[in-house]
Amino acid sequence: MGGLGDVTRWGLGSSFVAHLQATSPEMLERRFSAHLSEDLTPHATTILALRFESGIVMAGDRRATMGMAIESRNIQKVFRADEHSAVAIAGAAGPAVEMIRLFQVELEHYEKIEGRSLSLAGKANRLAEMIRQNLPAALQGFGVIPLFAGYDLLHQGGRIFKYDMTGGRYEEGDFHATGSGGRDARSFIKGRWSEGLEEAVAVAIALEALFEAADEDAATGGPDVLRGIYPNVAVVDDGGFRTVDDDTIRSIFDSTIEDLRERYRGDLR
Amino acid sequence: MTAPFYVSPQQVLADRAEYARKGIARGRSIVVWQIDRGILFVAENAMPTLHKVSEIYDRIAFAAVGRYNEFEALRVAGVRRADLTGYAYSREDVNARALAGVYSQTLGQIFTHELKPMEVELLVAEVGSPEDEDGSADRLYRVTFDGQISDEKDVVTMGGAADELLERVKAMFEPDMTDAGALQKAVQAMADQSGNPIGIGSLEVALLDRTTPGRAFARMGAGEITEKLGGEEVAPGGAGDGAAKESEEG
Repeated sequence: MGGLGDVTRWGLGSSFVAHLQATSPEMLERRFSAHLSEDLTPHATTILALRFESGIVMAGDRRATMGMAIESRNIQKVFRADEHSAVAIAGAAGPAVEMIRLFQVELEHYEKIEGRSLSLAGKANRLAEMIRQNLPAALQGFGVIPLFAGYDLLHQGGRIFKYDMTGGRYEEGDFHATGSGGRDARSFIKGRWSEGLEEAVAVAIALEALFEAADEDAATGGPDVLRGIYPNVAVVDDGGFRTVDDDTIRSIFDSTIEDLRERYRGDLR
Repeated sequence: MTAPFYVSPQQVLADRAEYARKGIARGRSIVVWQIDRGILFVAENAMPTLHKVSEIYDRIAFAAVGRYNEFEALRVAGVRRADLTGYAYSREDVNARALAGVYSQTLGQIFTHELKPMEVELLVAEVGSPEDEDGSADRLYRVTFDGQISDEKDVVTMGGAADELLERVKAMFEPDMTDAGALQKAVQAMADQSGNPIGIGSLEVALLDRTTPGRAFARMGAGEITEKLGGEEVAPGGAGDGAAKESEEG
């Protein structure tokens, strides 16, 4: 015991994942023997994030599909990662939801052991590592592509990180959208985004972008007025993480739908 | 080769216990109160970044006295255990009793099997949910260096002169104290006990707030402590001094 031999094996003492790897590796096992992924876990679709004046807005639709079928109308894709960051998921829902749960514990664990939070870049890198560990599953079709964003307390501003399935981590300056409707959402935001947006405007852009994505992409769900199911929207600024309530979202959609009705009146006839 | 001397088990354990007690008594003390909103921790700590009181899980906190390196290792182990339990099962399945049990087993094992016992005394505290308004679900488990575990009530003291301090604070205890009231009393008792004034620079204060859903543990900053104490220092013998200052400041 003791001596320098131990120093070389210190590892990541504040990481919950490292602790699991050492003590309960079976809980991290993510290998599947099947090759046809579509029938095993639903697919979560469009998520997006955009930066505004004092933070970020993150949003996701509520649909999960399994092949051509709608598997869920009210899946949650936007999550609180910790007090100053949010994470959203697209891709294979089963591994994605599990990854988020582990990521949340990882951040809280570090915070409790070290007595302070990880930096925003540190959190983004931990998530990249977890996606990298999912690579064998991704190669079998169970890929998870999260979007991570938050308020950077050190640099005082919102930051957005996107990933690829190998764990590649790329910072996006202004906005990003991914998932099956991501392209449509992205091109919508591109036309509206500008530096120094107000929070309410950013929330409205996020919702309209999801609406456009649902309009073009069969796997993305639009606002479900019949059942009262609306996209999940979260805001993170220096005051922390909060979700936008359904009443606010509904009233934004109501006015959006009014505008669209005006716009399309001529075309449809 | 010489034959080893025979030492009776009683003697071995008594020596170890004395060694551990001496180590623990050298440190400064902690007072833990059950108050109206939950559980309040007041620790004298000259090195406030080396915490004696910490968060373990949503409703659970850890307080310790003695050797820092030893109780810090136990704290980290506790956080790991709690996070692992919560991740493997569910957040609601993490509870103080189980954790105190593991600490008790570990300390008991070390006390009887290792050459040197751990010079620590621990408290695992837990508050119920915001709906448990009367605090009937709040728990205080004390674990001593030899692994003895006890379920405590109202107030607990640990560290140097813990017994004398307990006499003082027991006389001051009232049910449903506010955090400010309990803080003033604890610091007053500590100042009286040591005979020296106690300043906010050497205080570590934290609250497990039952009324907060989710993660209930919060540290009190210097500003908040000053406000609640009604000053930056509490002098010995001046019972009610802090309270008087507070009423002056309105």
